[in-house]
Parts: sequence; structure tokens; C-alpha cells
Amino acid sequence: MEVKQISLFLENKKGRLWEALNVLAKAHINIRALSIADTSDFGILRLIVPDPDNAKKVLAKSNFTVRESDVIAVGVPDSPGGLASVLKILTDADINVEYMYAFVEKSGKKAIVVLRTDSISKGKKALKKAGVTVLSSQQVYTL
Amino acid sequence: MIWNKEAECMRIGEREKLQIERLRAILRRAYKNVPYYQKRFGESKVKPADIRSLKDIKKLPFTTKTDLREGYPFGLFAVPRKEIVEVHTSSGTTGKPTVSGYTRKDIEIWGEVVARALTMCGATKDDIIQNGYGYGLFTGGLGVHYGAQRIGATVVPVSAGQTKRHLDIMQDFGSTILTCTPSYALYLTEAVAEAGINRKKLKLKAGCFGAEMWTDRMRDEIEKRFRLLALNIYGLTEIIGPGVAQECDQKNGLHIFEDHFYPEVVSPETLEPLPDGEKGELVLTTLTRDGMPMIRFRTRDITTLRREPCKCGRTLVRMDRVTGRTDDMLKIRGVLIFPSQIEKALLEVREVEPHYQIIVTRPQHLDEIEVQVETSKKLFSDEVRHLEEARKKIEKHIENSIGLRVKVTLVEPKTLPRSEGKAKRVIDKRQL
Repeated sequence: MEVKQISLFLENKKGRLWEALNVLAKAHINIRALSIADTSDFGILRLIVPDPDNAKKVLAKSNFTVRESDVIAVGVPDSPGGLASVLKILTDADINVEYMYAFVEKSGKKAIVVLRTDSISKGKKALKKAGVTVLSSQQVYTL
Repeated sequence: MIWNKEAECMRIGEREKLQIERLRAILRRAYKNVPYYQKRFGESKVKPADIRSLKDIKKLPFTTKTDLREGYPFGLFAVPRKEIVEVHTSSGTTGKPTVSGYTRKDIEIWGEVVARALTMCGATKDDIIQNGYGYGLFTGGLGVHYGAQRIGATVVPVSAGQTKRHLDIMQDFGSTILTCTPSYALYLTEAVAEAGINRKKLKLKAGCFGAEMWTDRMRDEIEKRFRLLALNIYGLTEIIGPGVAQECDQKNGLHIFEDHFYPEVVSPETLEPLPDGEKGELVLTTLTRDGMPMIRFRTRDITTLRREPCKCGRTLVRMDRVTGRTDDMLKIRGVLIFPSQIEKALLEVREVEPHYQIIVTRPQHLDEIEVQVETSKKLFSDEVRHLEEARKKIEKHIENSIGLRVKVTLVEPKTLPRSEGKAKRVIDKRQL
């Protein structure tokens, strides 16, 4: 199964990010990874959570505009050049990265990178072919 | 200086006589030639013959912008179309603008009243008038143009915008009188300073500014920076264009050219006429217009009429500068816009929710419109690029519809205020 990411629209307003996170806290949803893309007017909060369906439900119930999308999660050696080597594979395969964010696994050996490529299946295929560890949704949700 | 002493300084009793004669004539003409007036007069059970004194005017029904829209385009013309030599419209945008048709004689009257207005600003045939009002369907550019030509001044039809050109012409031609919207005048003062132009080398002596609401504070600023006399002009497309009224150098209200336009101020609630000195909605009746007589047109502009004698010697009634409107129409940089025009444009963009809010500000000197739009599920994407594209698409669409650039801000769904009745769509933050 693909790794699901939840994204929500945030107005650039004081306290709004907290409100979103508070909704998740109240529903006992733990966040595995997050990133915020911001412009002067609004932000997009992207989240990886263990139970995306439930997260989507509680956020929508609190009037947040939520969207679910497929992303790729890869394990990258936590050392200089680790991420660059992954990106080189995608560049060589002519695959565009829309956005990405990274977090470090608790054991600290590997960095987990969440990637959104213009085509998820092509991205996955290229990475797998080059021997990169592509994580399953279960692996990511239970990290 | 007074352009037409006979008309502008006429004894009041004499003018009233002239007004009632002209009013009766125009009512007869309107009733005979315009089915719309026949119908409306019939509904009010009034005939032109019932109007014997100026006071009787209150028996006549009002004409509104809606009536004009219903008659779009030529329904209110009182002469055969071939006698109409020029048409203008209010904000030439989507929906139905209001059309104003002029006969050759109407154009002459227009030139006459604007000549009076420009003369109040000190214009003579020796002057170079730099005209910064927009030429085209908007009445500002051509109205001033006709007036300037009537005087015999040299008119430079620069039109609106083109700041660099304005600055060059101002310097090279030695323009003495500037005509444009007051906010653009202020903008020009800044451009002059930024370009490092020595103000002493400019020959500007007066400015004739209007087409939008402005304040005495703005006047002070323009006068100080440009070192000229800044005077207020008033007019509207439906009546004739600029030149319905003009401020004299006493700066004590705008003289209405009463021999051509009969003013009343009515209570916006009861629609009953108010005595002089009381604030209400200005209602105008054209007394001489052939092509399109306007009977008791509700301008929606709020003002007060004053008849105390003016030191300039004119006996014409004065109106206070317009400080507000009785409808939700917006005057943005001289262009009239109904919020509904923005709404219509918005709703044509499929992904958009029908909830929006218009915020008008004047951060520097120019009006700016921000349209807050609620993001819909359809519109939302996890990619900034897509959202930005959607935002720009909405901006472009509104701009194409109303002819003005707006800034669109995406807000979260269900965050804009809702109300049971009429939603408050417009927040006007301009300090006027």
C-alpha cells in the first residue's frame, strides 16, 4: 500500500497551526513526520500519521480542508551525500520532485525522506531499481 | 474668473423661472418620447401638466440605476438613435452598464458646463491642460476635453496612467492645469519627487480633481506637494459626466450648474425632500438634455445643499463634497463597481465557494481591492504551486470582468462571516 500523507490548508492566522495539532492531540493521533509549506497568505501542513483515515475524519470534522495524497518514503543513509545520491537517481530517470521533507529515525541510523514526485509509481520504480530502501506504509506508520 | 456670468450669477428668482420653464419642457418631451417615463408617470398618476412649480417636482417618480439597466441599451433615449452622436457608459464591465446618449446639442452643453468648471480652476485660452482622466467609455477624459476646447485652452489628452509620460509632458510642455483623479494626483506628486524633478521648474498652477471621494487632508497634501490650487469637480455619466458641479476658489462646496441640472436632497429612508443644510441623497434632474432626459435620478451620493451667498459672486447653489453612498457600490480609482460584479466573476470560476469578502483599502494613495475567497475542497492541493495558480486564475478572471486588478487571498472554508440576511460583503477601510 502507498504511504498516505494528510495535508491541510492553513490560513496565515495566529493559533491556527496549534488548533490543527490540538485536534489531532485530542484524538490521540501521533504525528510521525510533518512539514509546512508557507506563502505570505497561507500554509499547507503536511503530515504522516499512523491512521490517516481517522486523522482525515477528525480534521474535516473540525472544519479543516483536508486532502490525502500518496507519497514515497525512503530510508537514506544518515551521512553526507546520502540524500544527494537518492535525488541523483530521480534526476537521471527524469522524474521531478514536487516537494520533500525528512526526519530521522529514532535509532538514528537512517534518515527517512518523504518524497512527492510527479509520478509516484515511476519514482518508486526508479528508486527500487537503484537499490534504495523504499518503505512500506506499515513500516512508516509504526516507526 | 467666471465663464458664463449671465448663467452663473443670475438672480435667484430669475433662475427659478428659467428652471420651471425648462423642467416643464423636458417633462413633456420625456413623457412624449420615452415609453419608460410614460409608464412610470402613469404608475405615479402624474402628468407633466401637473408640474406647475419647482416644488411639484416631488410628485414625480425617481429614476434609478436599475431603471437604466432595464432600459439597456437605448431604452431611455428621447430622440431617434440617428440624432445621438455619442454614447458613454458607466463602468464598462460585465452585466449591464448604464448607457448615456448625447445629441450634438448635449455635447455642446457638456462642453459649456465643463468650461465653467475649468474656468473656476483658473483656466483660460492661454493654459495648457494636461488631462489625466481616462478617455473612452468613461466620461472623464472626453468631458474635460470638450470643456477645455470650449475655452480654447490647449488640451493634452494624456489619459489615465502612463506616469512617465505625464512627468515628461508636465516638464516639457509646461502644463499649467492638471486634471485627473485626486489619488492619481497624489501618486504623481510622489513620482515627481522620486524622479528628482525640481518642482519650481513645473508650471502647474491648478488641478481639477474628481471622480472619486477625497478629503480636505488629501487636498492639503496635493496642494503642498504640487504647489497648486486643488479643486473638486463632480459629475456622473447618467446626468452628463463631469461638470455637474465644481468648486470655486473659495473651497466652500461645489457650485451646481442649476440652469442645466436641478438638484434635490432627499432622505434615503423616506425619500422625502430635505431642506437645505440637511444631509441626504442627491437627486438630479436634467433640465436641458435632449438625448436622454433624466428625471429625478437617484445618484446615491450623500451630500448637503447650501444656498448662503458665495464670495465668488456666483448665485449657484453649492453641494458639500460627497462623503458616502447610500448603496454598496464602490468607487475604486474613479470606477464604479458593484460588489455583485466581483461576485459574478468569482462564481464563474468553478472551484470557488460562493463565500467571499471584499476589502477596500488605500494603503498609499491608490485604492486597492482584496478579495478573500474561501478555499473549497476542489481547489485545495497539497502543492503550493497549484494553489498559487488557482489564486492567480481567480485574480485574472476578476480583472477581466471589472477592469481593475485585485488581490485574491485564499482563506479557510467557513471562516468568512455568514449572516441570515444581507451578507456584509464589503469592508471599506479607506479613511476618507
